[in-house]
Amino acid sequence: MTPTDRTHRTVDVLVIGAGPAGLALAARLAAAGVDRVEVLDREPQAGGVPRHCHHTGFGLRDLRRVMSGPDYARHHIAAATRAGAVLRTSVTATGWAAPRTVDITGPTGLERITATAVVLATGARERPRSARLVPGTRPAGVLTTGQLQQAVHLHHQHVGRRAVIVGAERVGYSAVATLRRAGAEVAAMVTDQPRHQTHPARHLATRLRSGFPLVTDATVTELTGQGRLESVRLRHRDGRTAAVACDTVVFTGDWIPDHELARSAGIALDPGTRGPAADAEFRTGEPGVFAVGNLLHPVETADIAALDGRLAAGPVLRHLAGRPWTPGALPVRVEAPLLWVSPNRIAPDGPRPPRGRFTLRTTRFLTRPVLTVAQDGRTLHRGRLPRTVAPGRPFHLPADWIVGADAHGGPVRITVD
Amino acid sequence: MTVTTTGDLPGEVYDVAIIGAGVVGTAIARELARHRLRIALVEASDDVGNGTSKANTAILHTGFDATPGTLEARLVREGYQRLTAYAAETGIPLEPLGALLVAWDAEQLAALPSLAEKAVRNGYDETSILDADAVYAREPHLGPGALGALEVPGESIICPWTTTLAYATQAVRAGVALHLNCPAGAITTGEDHHEIATPRGVLRTRHLVNAAGLYSDEINRRLGHGEFTVTPRRGQLIVFDKFARGLVDHILLPVPTALGKGVLVAPTVYGNVMLGPTAEDLDDKTATGSSADGLASLREKGARIMPELLAEEVTAVYAGLRAATEHGDYQIHADPGRRYVAVGGIRSTGLTASMAIAAHVAELLTECGLDPGPEREIEPVRMPTIGEAFPRPYQRADLIAADPAYGTVVCHCERVTRGEIRDALTATVPPGSLEGLRRRTRALGGRCQGFFCGAAVRAQFDAATAAQDRTEARR
Repeated sequence: MTPTDRTHRTVDVLVIGAGPAGLALAARLAAAGVDRVEVLDREPQAGGVPRHCHHTGFGLRDLRRVMSGPDYARHHIAAATRAGAVLRTSVTATGWAAPRTVDITGPTGLERITATAVVLATGARERPRSARLVPGTRPAGVLTTGQLQQAVHLHHQHVGRRAVIVGAERVGYSAVATLRRAGAEVAAMVTDQPRHQTHPARHLATRLRSGFPLVTDATVTELTGQGRLESVRLRHRDGRTAAVACDTVVFTGDWIPDHELARSAGIALDPGTRGPAADAEFRTGEPGVFAVGNLLHPVETADIAALDGRLAAGPVLRHLAGRPWTPGALPVRVEAPLLWVSPNRIAPDGPRPPRGRFTLRTTRFLTRPVLTVAQDGRTLHRGRLPRTVAPGRPFHLPADWIVGADAHGGPVRITVD
Repeated sequence: MTVTTTGDLPGEVYDVAIIGAGVVGTAIARELARHRLRIALVEASDDVGNGTSKANTAILHTGFDATPGTLEARLVREGYQRLTAYAAETGIPLEPLGALLVAWDAEQLAALPSLAEKAVRNGYDETSILDADAVYAREPHLGPGALGALEVPGESIICPWTTTLAYATQAVRAGVALHLNCPAGAITTGEDHHEIATPRGVLRTRHLVNAAGLYSDEINRRLGHGEFTVTPRRGQLIVFDKFARGLVDHILLPVPTALGKGVLVAPTVYGNVMLGPTAEDLDDKTATGSSADGLASLREKGARIMPELLAEEVTAVYAGLRAATEHGDYQIHADPGRRYVAVGGIRSTGLTASMAIAAHVAELLTECGLDPGPEREIEPVRMPTIGEAFPRPYQRADLIAADPAYGTVVCHCERVTRGEIRDALTATVPPGSLEGLRRRTRALGGRCQGFFCGAAVRAQFDAATAAQDRTEARR
């Protein structure tokens, strides 16, 4: 065997990423009679992030029932396998040999797989401390929620005694639950927002159980400690500073898609989501390459990702049937304080986005904001949202206005006032 | 092969003891190991290369801009040749990208010819002066306003971690005793040998080399010398994502001014792009933290050099301390009466100069009465491939066919396989911490910083450490 020997194969659909989105799509396609549907995952087990989310609440929207993350992962694995999709784990897609031809590394060797449709379902990750440019020393005990959950739930590792959680979105509260299970105390939860961003009931229940202070309007200015973390220094918006003694800090939220494969294929990214720019039918700018799940909307819940997978089955089947690749070409952009919109490419005469609406994110609280959709100075839609929207949580914009957009005009812009 | 991390030190009297297992100390140990000598290399921390050496700017310098006539100029020039050859032989990642000293104003542009002349005086005559068009042809993503550049084709990027590890590995395999977790305390110098107090007992040695980096002035004083004082100079650096690598193809150096060498932008051999360092004189030898001001000033400077770079994600931020002294040159002094050599004031050029420093120190030791005996061949080493310029194990069908562990990617961002992590954990000089494992394999060093692989890498590290403890308990 030479150093570069690769086995070559062809499949109908290659799905990269065996999380809820990839698995749900593979199950649908296989059930619809597609012969060769192959799902790759670089982790030793399929299932994606729910594998290490031991809290409940998974499956509400796609399965109409509620279960734990690991149970939810098992459900989707079983469904995909039962439908006839091939699931392969511990294999990594390392790059592209050609459009729709992916190079793979696994314990059995190097492969090159060409597919009629490639679906990227590579998910998202939390930005680590370094990407947030938090200064200080580089001690042990600095984690993201993803690492914390895997350490506790998959590897049963000790994670420290006293932790500070940075971020008060939903995922921060999952971190609290995981720390509790690991026997660690939560010293404080810190957010740069004026209040937490989860459901009030969840916040209250968590506080009643764990009793930690929620420090609002504050940022982490420094980590200290040689070897092991010793403290986290905070600065409040009004200038007050404090040091919280702790041996662990968990940076939560602040998601970025794992877009390496998309970007290395030269697929245009959306400037807001940082995932591939994609239309209402999950089509990217690269013929035959689809994107689904949290790669497109960093992040939505697992069941929303799974619904993406289901909904993408139709467009993928149409592509397999030979429909020409004509994705919506008109970009939809947001302006600050909005963070992103998904989908972010439209065809005015094309289908509506999934469930007839766009999903958006904001970087700060907006009280019953008025959203304006405009193209080249022409207002396509203007309307007040019925409630306050919070950072880290989705809100929606009806999609009826897309028929009024000019397919040959400039980008559609969504602003808030 | 001897590497100890705990327990009493052996009672023997060594021929030479070297304090400090950084890039200089390990290079000296390796150099001396070419003779049949009893050598001890003692290190305060739990790993080699764990101080100044691990936070270097990772550039192999031609020495074109050294002060002509200094010891540093000579050793950098010689060290460049030696380390280039050694890297090829051992597999230390090295890429000869060449450097551009970019002039951003008329004064800097006017300084380029004298820099070219200075290079010639340093024995380097391959520089050329480029006009603005030529600069942008080579580096199209450079920020607007560059007027010209001095091209230095020989400047290269290198892996500082593999370099130190290669020296240490080769030295240990050739018989050097490496004692980690062994900070040097009081030193008593007798007629025949020195006695160095450590928490692990007394270390006895006839000859003593002080390569203690930031602490070399303190050790020097214990031997009755006061030639230099180390003032730690902090350098903060920002490492950008591998996606930034396409933006830059040379080492982009500033034109040196009276204020120092300034901030550079350079690719790394791991495929990232580095921005830094700052230069801050401090009085705390443990102040290896980054600061908000430091990072802000780097981003400001980087935005001028290469605006697009700032839009890329940051993979890592780190800070290192270089051992600056009040002198303009390396502080290498021999005291034959005490059979002692001090190696101080080795600044960021120390990585490049390391092998030449080692050869120089070996000569000084001979002048101090050390009889090295005949030279011998020592076993060559071959280091793991962690640079991006050559195929890594995950890309090699032949390796994976022989051992599937090389096809099992554990750290996804850096594509580090289970086999590479296993090899590092069972190597001649194994890592003492996850940080050490990262420096040997790149595991945990990528963009996710452990989101995906942190727990799995730690599990493999913990299992290997536990297995090692069991083996030691049985002994």
